[in-house]
Amino acid sequence: MGAFTMPSLGADMDRGTVVEWRVAPGDRVSRGDIIAVVDTEKSTVEVEVFESGVVEELLVPVGEEVEVGTPLATIASGEAIQPLPAPSPPAASPPAASAAPPPTPSSPPSRSPAPSPPPPSASPVPVRAHVVSPLVRHLAEELGVDAEALPASGPGGVVTRADVVAAARLGLGVPPATQPSGPGAPPPPPAAPAPPSAARPVGRPRRARVPSDGARVVASPYARRRAAEAGVELCDLAGTGPGGAVLARDVPATPSVSVTGVGAATPAAAAAPSASEPASAPLRRGPEALRASVAALMARSKREIPHYYLRTTIDLGLVRSWLDRVNVDRPPGDRVVPAAVLCWATARAAATNRGLNGHWVDDGFRPASGVQLGVAVSLRGGGLLAPVIPDADTLDADELMRRLRDLTERARHGGLKASEMADPSITVTNLGDTGVEEVYGVIYPPQVAMVGFGKVVERAWVVTDRIEVRPVVTVTLAADHRATNGHEGARLLATIDRLLQDPEEPWSATEPPTSS
Amino acid sequence: MERDRATDIIVSVLSGIAPEIDPGTVDPSGELQFEFDLDSMDFLNLVEGVGKAAGIEVPERDYAAIATLDGFAQYLVAHAG
Repeated sequence: MGAFTMPSLGADMDRGTVVEWRVAPGDRVSRGDIIAVVDTEKSTVEVEVFESGVVEELLVPVGEEVEVGTPLATIASGEAIQPLPAPSPPAASPPAASAAPPPTPSSPPSRSPAPSPPPPSASPVPVRAHVVSPLVRHLAEELGVDAEALPASGPGGVVTRADVVAAARLGLGVPPATQPSGPGAPPPPPAAPAPPSAARPVGRPRRARVPSDGARVVASPYARRRAAEAGVELCDLAGTGPGGAVLARDVPATPSVSVTGVGAATPAAAAAPSASEPASAPLRRGPEALRASVAALMARSKREIPHYYLRTTIDLGLVRSWLDRVNVDRPPGDRVVPAAVLCWATARAAATNRGLNGHWVDDGFRPASGVQLGVAVSLRGGGLLAPVIPDADTLDADELMRRLRDLTERARHGGLKASEMADPSITVTNLGDTGVEEVYGVIYPPQVAMVGFGKVVERAWVVTDRIEVRPVVTVTLAADHRATNGHEGARLLATIDRLLQDPEEPWSATEPPTSS
Repeated sequence: MERDRATDIIVSVLSGIAPEIDPGTVDPSGELQFEFDLDSMDFLNLVEGVGKAAGIEVPERDYAAIATLDGFAQYLVAHAG
């Protein structure tokens, strides 16, 4: 038996509140499943379990604030039960932040008005992993659809709720609404696997239906995604936006029985009675709490960390020509922005400059395994989060772009997972979109480096004895002098530069996907 | 496409991305990225959302033409059916 404890979601967190249980006693869970939603000063975060087994007891009720490390639930060993397919391939790296599966943003909204937005709608690359969140797996079981056999439209091969609903609608054995599998209930009989070809094609998973009169429904992109997520047709909704546009607030927070046609199959509500009134949980989070959290961390940084700073200017001519080439044939949602390539280069450079990739703990430097790339995301209203892209040094620029976009969306609209709020090994901040050319970061303790990018600008630039107009960007490094000297920091920036000048690197070899 | 309809589409998409900003208070000839505090991800969402609502796909090379509310509306008038 194991205890599922309140995780530490960053160096500055010491308490947290369970605002939702997604499981009930008796439920089977697999390593990586999201089983609870925890509220911290900074954010509301979905928390994964790191052990497979059966939930025995929930020890902490919804709404109670407890210290990090407090047991929240007991989980019986998975040996006695019939194993479920693992939600993700086993991670090769140690069970730190890197052990989590790719984002599974398909869970029903945990709390209004901040539901988990779905991933970017298009997934043009061949699916590599095949990941099914527990909620989606429950739904698939109840709809008689084999989730493992479905094409996945989510990022990183995640099978989304919409994928399951779409497959069920295609007549792949939709049974009458069954009893939710509660404590002691036998698992539903296995259903015939859905042939991959029978579901909708990957890459166009969420196109809204045009109403019968042919008029297009005007709706915000977020509303469209939420509607697709909930299985609701936009033309069935009354828009309250300008010109009758459907806004996110017009979309029901959870799929209602009548529009989804899936009966009582809303496993979250069925399986977690304590989650039925998440709104009753105390919500301490707000702009003030977030500000206080940032204030404490930044003050600690400047108190404890002897920063040194370096800057250099990088020619992005090659990157620009690559972006021009790959983006020209892509729909907007698949285009790559320069920031993604800059993050790509930073992650690769951090992997080979290990003195800057890790944490300063107990008067010593501990290099991280893999690059857990923190990305500073500004929130509307003044907040700041730096969620993590795990193992970013293993991703190509296309994949990094997808992850960046997905992470930014969820940082702003809710749905971040615990592993994404763990301590990054190095963080990137990009203020170029605001128009400034340079940013000198303040390091997030216990990290030892922060890389900053400014605006990409056109400048006169000497290229082999000639002056040309080139797009350039200023990159800065703020680094902890306890962990490294300027020489090592300089090599990190030089590595970033070299990566962005090398046409043989993977980012430039990536071919545009075929447009479907 | 009528100019008013074009503006409505853009404003409705923007209201989903930047709900805290009243479109009535912004300078329609000012840069959208500044007026609505959009980063490059927001701008991508804007281009995608408006494109889908208006039934067109704005290529990246035309981004300069759609940098302002006025410019974007004019672009839709010229390019969307």
